[in-house]
Amino acid sequence: MGNLIRSKRFWLVAPAVVYIGFFMAVPLLQMAYVSMLERGDYGGVNWGVFSMDAYISFIFERDLMDNLVVNTDYLEIFARSFGLSAMTTVFALLLGFPTAFYISTQPQSRRNFLIFLVTIPFWTNILVRNYAWMLLLRNGGLIDGALNWMGIETGGLDVLYTPYAVSIGLTYTYLPFMVLPIYASLEKLDHRLVEAAFDLGADKRRAMSRVILPLAAPGIAAGSILVFIPCLGAYVTPELLGGGKFMMIANLIGSQFGAARNWPLGAGLGFVLLALVLISMMVYSFKFKSLPEESR
Amino acid sequence: MKVDASNPLWRFRGITSTAMFFFAYLYLPIVVLIALSFNENRLATIWTGFTMDWYVTALSNDDMLRAAQNSIVVAISATVLATIAATLAAMGMSRGRFKGEAGVSAMLVLPLLVPEIVTAIATLLFFVALGIKLGLLTVIIAHTVFCIPFAYLPIRARLEGMDPALVEAANDLYANDWKAFRRVTLPLLWPGILSGAMLSFIISLDDFVISYFVGGAGATTLPIYIFGMIRIGITPEVNAVSAMMLIVSIVFVSISFMIDRIRY
Repeated sequence: MGNLIRSKRFWLVAPAVVYIGFFMAVPLLQMAYVSMLERGDYGGVNWGVFSMDAYISFIFERDLMDNLVVNTDYLEIFARSFGLSAMTTVFALLLGFPTAFYISTQPQSRRNFLIFLVTIPFWTNILVRNYAWMLLLRNGGLIDGALNWMGIETGGLDVLYTPYAVSIGLTYTYLPFMVLPIYASLEKLDHRLVEAAFDLGADKRRAMSRVILPLAAPGIAAGSILVFIPCLGAYVTPELLGGGKFMMIANLIGSQFGAARNWPLGAGLGFVLLALVLISMMVYSFKFKSLPEESR
Repeated sequence: MKVDASNPLWRFRGITSTAMFFFAYLYLPIVVLIALSFNENRLATIWTGFTMDWYVTALSNDDMLRAAQNSIVVAISATVLATIAATLAAMGMSRGRFKGEAGVSAMLVLPLLVPEIVTAIATLLFFVALGIKLGLLTVIIAHTVFCIPFAYLPIRARLEGMDPALVEAANDLYANDWKAFRRVTLPLLWPGILSGAMLSFIISLDDFVISYFVGGAGATTLPIYIFGMIRIGITPEVNAVSAMMLIVSIVFVSISFMIDRIRY
């Protein structure tokens, strides 16, 4: 009987697991394999011909004398992606924490509505959301126009197609991922605890750092990872708001399948990005799942 | 000023204003985009009058309509496939623990963990290696993968809240598995299934990166078409098409959330 139930459950989960396995896990493994192949002369790959060129060309390039010289172009793109993602995480935290705290102080029915408002933009098209920022940020756009109207001569805002625009767009895109987990951890916060801290002589800073922040810490950690990781793999925002001039990792990967036509390099970069994501997830879950239940 | 002992907001001054700023920041672009799509003025962001012209132009654009049709075909196919697979998986995962459960769980949410661009190129390379021609079919296959977790999570959540005794009672009353599912589980589960299906639909309809890489020339979906238009320049037609996409997403998500709140 037990076997029968087990086998029935096996058949229930099998379609989804096999489907994802075949069309996602296998392609990911194959991508790692392609990254170790030689690139084809006209795009594509030479199947079965092994080469470590993809990983070598990540750091080195061949000069005219066929010597390997260090080329920091790709490293710069990685550094920029990390920098922008870190900056975005900080912005999202600065905006997201007070918002989550605010929501947690509202009456229940209002909370649900506010949380719903936070999630809506996530479900809308990412191109459209970033395009809307192009309308706002471009010269002669809404913000530029408003500043001029208020008598502040901008002479053209010149912010679209800069890292600032990319950063604004990334923060916008991933902000809900910061608010939701922080709210989830603050939701259970008994606000009388905060009041008790004040009664016992704590000032604002101490009430915040000794009572609220420790309770919100798991949410802050989860939110930061949920913002940082997708940011690292952002494709649309740098493409539209950076105007293709400020590539991030994903754009570099994408370009290997377009104009640059270096599939093994693209696969290698993809594999590195995937590894970075999985490692950060593992570090996160190791650090937070191993804590005792009460402190979470 | 009203002081509520259980509400510490008055202690921390910046909180309310930051939250207000947050919601303004979140909705300003959406509101501006929708407003501008009705703006008569072709060139500037200055409001000169109300018009529906841009919607008329957009809706009479054959390329746009073909792209929209492709998007709908893909979204419906992926939603149906993903919802069936997700419903079965959720039922398989719902009753107690089993060996390898953690691995199965991880597999079911794997599409949410992998960065989109990595999924896109890995799937592209996979189809190329298998010699499958890129087109609508490859897009449907790829969309189904990332729709599964979006359908799975709400269905699973709904099942968690269901009393397992109900199915046992049906079995005791000589209902076979199919009958128990049809007459007991399904009537209780349908809000979860519908909600998951609607989220899948919207996620598929909105997807750009994966369609862009695995679509090839013949499979222009609406987001790919919009991307092409944005590349050429900011025009009122783009505003109108974008505003329509926004509204469709918002309506679908709202309905999905309302369905999800239907009681057992």
